Amino acid sequence: MKPHTVSVLVENRAGVLSRVAGMFSRRGFNIESLAVGPCEEPNMSRITIVVNGDDGVIEQVMKQTNKLIDVIKVSDLTERESVERELALIKVAAETGPSRAEILQIADIFRAQVVDVGSKTLVLQVTGDTEKIDALEKLLRQYGIKELVRTGKIALLRGAKTVKSSK
Amino acid sequence: MKTGAKTLIEALQREGVDTIFGYPGGVVLPIYDELYDSSIRHILVRHEQAAAHAADGYARASGRVGVCLATSGPGACNLVTGIATAYMDSIPVVALTGQVPTGLLGNDAFQESDITGITMPVTKHNYLVKDAADLDRVVQEAFYIARTGRPGPVLIDLPKDVSTGQVLEGTPVPGTVSLRGYQPTYQGHVRQIDKALDLIAGAERPLVYAGGGVVLSEASAELLEFVETAAVPVTTTLMGLGAVPGDHPLNLGMLGMHGTQSANYAVTECDLLIAVGVRFDDRVTGKIETFAPNAAVIHIDIDPAEIGKNKKVDVPIVGDVKAVLQALLRRMQKRGDTANWVARTGAWKAQYPLRYRDDDRLRPQYVVEQLSDLLKGEGIVVSEVGQNQMWTALYYCFRKPRTWITSGGLGTMGYGFPAAIGAHYARPDMPVVDVAGDGSFQMNIQELGTVAQYQIPVKVVILNNMYLGMVRQWQELFYDRRYSYTELPPVDFVKIANAYRIEGITVEEKAGVREALETALATDGPFVLDFRVEREENVFPMVPAGAAINEMIGVRQP
Ligand SMILES: Cc1ncc(C[n+]2csc(CCOP(=O)(O)OP(=O)(O)O)c2C)c(N)n1
Repeated sequence: MKPHTVSVLVENRAGVLSRVAGMFSRRGFNIESLAVGPCEEPNMSRITIVVNGDDGVIEQVMKQTNKLIDVIKVSDLTERESVERELALIKVAAETGPSRAEILQIADIFRAQVVDVGSKTLVLQVTGDTEKIDALEKLLRQYGIKELVRTGKIALLRGAKTVKSSK
Repeated sequence: MKTGAKTLIEALQREGVDTIFGYPGGVVLPIYDELYDSSIRHILVRHEQAAAHAADGYARASGRVGVCLATSGPGACNLVTGIATAYMDSIPVVALTGQVPTGLLGNDAFQESDITGITMPVTKHNYLVKDAADLDRVVQEAFYIARTGRPGPVLIDLPKDVSTGQVLEGTPVPGTVSLRGYQPTYQGHVRQIDKALDLIAGAERPLVYAGGGVVLSEASAELLEFVETAAVPVTTTLMGLGAVPGDHPLNLGMLGMHGTQSANYAVTECDLLIAVGVRFDDRVTGKIETFAPNAAVIHIDIDPAEIGKNKKVDVPIVGDVKAVLQALLRRMQKRGDTANWVARTGAWKAQYPLRYRDDDRLRPQYVVEQLSDLLKGEGIVVSEVGQNQMWTALYYCFRKPRTWITSGGLGTMGYGFPAAIGAHYARPDMPVVDVAGDGSFQMNIQELGTVAQYQIPVKVVILNNMYLGMVRQWQELFYDRRYSYTELPPVDFVKIANAYRIEGITVEEKAGVREALETALATDGPFVLDFRVEREENVFPMVPAGAAINEMIGVRQP
C-alpha cells in the first residue's frame, strides 16, 4: 500500500470529472488528492490523482480509468522520474511581536511567500512536494492555523517524455 | 430544415433499427409524432422496465443493438433496472430518454431527473444532447460504442427543445466514428498466443472455462473447433450455455454454485485453465483461493480490466474471443496428451449425472426436461430468476448460442417475460418460451397486456411453487427453515391471462405436463401454463456461499 500519482488525460467535456471520480468511489478506490485543470491541448484536461493501494488495486485503477470513453490516456508516474508539486495557502495567527517574526523566518526557510498581512494574521503561500508542505504545516501549528487550503498534487514527467494521447 | 425528432429517426434508420420498445410521455411527443408515420415499428409496453428488458432480449437473441425509448423523469427512471441488467451482462442496448427543455435543466422542472447522472454507473457511456445539430453524430457514436469492444448499454438523453429544434436538411453525416479515448483491441498479442500454445501443448489436465463473451463474439464454431482440436474438456458459465452444444461429449455442463459435479471437480483438478470470455464471477468461483488451485491460467477477454481483476493470470490475452481463438487454431502445432484426463472427466460425467426424484409427483425438473425434449434446441428459452432459472440451466439441453436468455450478472426478477417479447421480434421464426417462477412472473405480469395487444406468441411456463423458491431454499438450508416472508399465496394465473384474453392451462399432475406444453407450443398466440409443482423442491448441486466449488451439497459424494 503506497500512494501512486496517476495522470489522466481526458476530453474536456461536461461531466467528465464526475465520471472519473464516480468510478473511483464506486469501485472503492481510495483517492488521496485530485487536481484538475486545462492542459496544453485546447479540448483536453489533465487530472492528477493520488490514490492509495497495493499493486493489484493500482492495476485496476489504471484499467478501469482507461475504460472510460472520455479518458484519452492514463499513466502511473510513481515509478518514473517526475516533478510533483502542490500549492497551499495557510492563514496563521500572528500577533505582532516575537511570534510574527518567527513565522516570517520559518516562511523564509521554506521559501513560502507572504500573500496577505493582517493585524492578527498572515497568509502564506507555499509550493512543493507533499512532505514539504506537511512539514511547514506542522511547524506553524504551534502559532495557530486559522485556515488552510491545499490544491492536491499535480505532476509532470521530467525531461522530454510526455503523457500524450493515443492510448 | 427538419426537426431534431426527424433527424433522430433517420439516424436510427441508418443504424438499421427496425423495432423500438417504448412508452410515451410529454417531452417525447415530438419523437412519437415522427414515429407515427415512420417505418420503424414501435411496441408499446406496459412499464418502461419492460421496454429496457425487451430491447435487451432483442439484442441477445439477434446479436444486434436493441433500442428502447422512455419519457423523462419517471419514465427514464423506470428504465434503470433494465439498463443495469444489460450492463452487467454486456448487452448492446441504446436507451433513448426524453428530457425537459435545456433551459429548465437543473431547475427541478416537472418530470426532470438527472438520468445521465443516475445511469453513469450502469451504462458503458451516456450522452445529454444539447444541440439538435449533434444528433447524427451522437446516435452514430452511441450505436458504435454499444456494439463494439465489450458491448454494453448507452443512453442518449434528449431535451424536448432538441427534438423540436431545427437541423439543416442535407447536413453531412460523419462517415466513420473516431473516438480517441476508445480503441478496443481485437487481435490478441502474438507472443501471448504463443505462450498460451506452449502451455496447452504441455498440459495434461487442461480445461476450457467459457462464458458469455463467446456468445457475444459469435465464436461458438471456433470454440468447438478449439476444444476438439486440442482435445480439452469444456465447462460453461450460466451465460455461456449454448456456446458449446449441451450434449457434446467434451462438455461437462455448467460450473459454479449450481454447477455439475463433473465441471466443478474438473476445475479443482485441472492443471491449465483456459478462461474464454469470462470474468471469474463469485457465483462461479466460490471461494476464489480454492478455484482452480493447481492450474496455470490463460485468460482471453476483450476487456483488459477483466484480466487479473479477481484471479491471478499467467497468460493474459486481450482481444476479441473469436479472433484470438482463430489465431490459436492457426498457430497450434501440438496438443497435450489429454487422453487420460478426457476419460477421467467423462467418467465423472457418467458417474454423477444430474438427478432428482423422478416419482409420480409434479416436479419442476421434469417440466423443464419435457420442454427440452419437445423443443430439441430449436427455440429460444428465456428464464426469470431463482430456482426456475437454475433448473432451466441444468435440465434444458442448449445446443446453439443465442437460444438461452437470462439475467446472469444482475439476477433481475421480472426480466424474462419482457426479454422474451424482445426475443420474439429479433427471431420471429423461433418459438420463444419464458420459464418463470410465480414470484418473478408477478414482477412484470402487466406485460400480458403487451403480448395480448400484439398477439406476441410468447409461452410462459410458470413453475409455480407458491414461494420465492430460491430464497426459501436458502432459508431451509441456512436459516433453520424459518420461512420469513417468502411464501406467496396461490394465484390463478390462468384467470389473469384470460382477463387479458390470453389462453392458459393449469397443470397439477405430472401426467398432464407433456400435453399442456404441446398445446401451448401449437397455439399461435401467447399462452400461459401454470404448473403447480412440488413446493419444497431444491436446486442441487449447490455450493454453499463461501465454500470451495468442489464442496457441493445435495450430491452423491465421490
Ligand atoms: C428484483 C429482484 N428482487 C429480489 C431478488 C432476490 N431473489 C432472488 S431469487 C428470488 C425468488 C424467486 O422466486 P420465484 O420467481 O418464485 O422463483 P423460484 O425461485 O420459486 O423458481 C428472489 C426474491 C431478485 N433476484 N430480483
